[in-house]
Amino acid sequence: MSLRGRRNLFALGVLGFSVLFLWGLNGLPAFGHYEGVYGITLNRVAVTQRHATNLVAAVTFDYRGFDTLGEEFILFAAVVGVAILLRAQRDEAATPDEEDEETKDESRDAPHTSDAVRVLGLALIGPTVLFGLYIVAHGHLTPGGGFQGGVVLATAALLVYLTGEYVALRRVSPESVTELAESVGAGGYAAIGFIGLLTGQAFLTNVLPLGMTGQLNSSGTILLINLAVGVGVAGGFSLILAEFLEQTLLVREREHG
Amino acid sequence: MSFLPFAVAAWLFAVGLYGIVTSRHLIHLVVCLSVVQSSTYVLLLAIGYRTGASAPIFVEIPPGAPAVDPVVQALTLTDVVVAATVSALLLAMAVQVHKKAGTFDPDELDTLQG
Amino acid sequence: MDLLHGLVLVFVAIGGTAVVLTRDPLAQSIVVSFYGILLGILFFVFQAPDVALSQIVVGAVALPMMILLALAKAKAEEE
Repeated sequence: MSLRGRRNLFALGVLGFSVLFLWGLNGLPAFGHYEGVYGITLNRVAVTQRHATNLVAAVTFDYRGFDTLGEEFILFAAVVGVAILLRAQRDEAATPDEEDEETKDESRDAPHTSDAVRVLGLALIGPTVLFGLYIVAHGHLTPGGGFQGGVVLATAALLVYLTGEYVALRRVSPESVTELAESVGAGGYAAIGFIGLLTGQAFLTNVLPLGMTGQLNSSGTILLINLAVGVGVAGGFSLILAEFLEQTLLVREREHG
Repeated sequence: MSFLPFAVAAWLFAVGLYGIVTSRHLIHLVVCLSVVQSSTYVLLLAIGYRTGASAPIFVEIPPGAPAVDPVVQALTLTDVVVAATVSALLLAMAVQVHKKAGTFDPDELDTLQG
Repeated sequence: MDLLHGLVLVFVAIGGTAVVLTRDPLAQSIVVSFYGILLGILFFVFQAPDVALSQIVVGAVALPMMILLALAKAKAEEE
């Protein structure tokens, strides 16, 4: 379709969208005056019901746990898709003498990394890992959780790459580990759901002891699911980054070799 | 003035869609799609906001104190992360298209190539 | 609705427009990371720290990085 045709179609679409949006806006409460029954009820009862102080985590991993399980599997499927798409290309590029790949890695003329980037990057790796773990582990108490902390952990792997140590990146996040983390995260979430079934209640029911509100060891399955999601997201994002990196470096290697 | 958040959400949706329609580069298109996605975050969080209320973290405030709606935040939270992986999938597809067709311009892809 | 909300919202609208109008993907990856931070700030003033946190790590770090890597891959192949 020509650009002009596409623009016309876009104008038509936006017109339709505006009509529907204004119609929908008519039925919405004004900004700042939301009276959602679920939210207000949860704000009253959730802390005593689930012993979690971060209600967003309680909603994500408990009250709407089944929905989040679906989201977790969308993430899983997308990561698998990236791996499939990029790995097919790698096989095409693979050279027969793959045994001495390790030695070639060392001698590859990698892009020069400035000392400032290296020092800053190396100094930041430790704090980033710690911060990521903190965010994952305290998801049920303070803002954070498996989704955010998992991405923070994956950026630590990225820092390792930025300091110019691709070989080191392979060592800290080899495919077998990131793949395993991704699968254990997604599978572990579903497995925690089965604990509810085993005790004769519904799937994903929070049946574990809830502990003391405000302590790290509290809120039952919310904490466990949080950790599983953290492992899964960290593995998934590391895998995505490694797949894209692998591609770039392979092409570079082919050019020079 | 109280409709501004909703207007911004609608604007982001429309401008992102405009970018997709007129895009000449597949990676640019994927990023425009992420702008469209961000409009839903703004809309959801704007709906759940309550004037003068605090975040739904009951560490320093007692249960039942006025707090914004946690349900829409939970929806948005998972959406942000999952949308990023879906963007990664689309970028991988764009890279694959570039490999097969040698171009990122969707206009040059008008004939189906095996 | 106070001034802070309005100001951040206007910035987000401008940021989103800038992302779309930046036609060069390399420059766009930088613009989109600023846009990610702006959205993060907006979510903070909307009292959604959880969402803000995930938006900042995803929008300002993960997404721009993936764009850069995809471009690097394509460019290396062209040469």
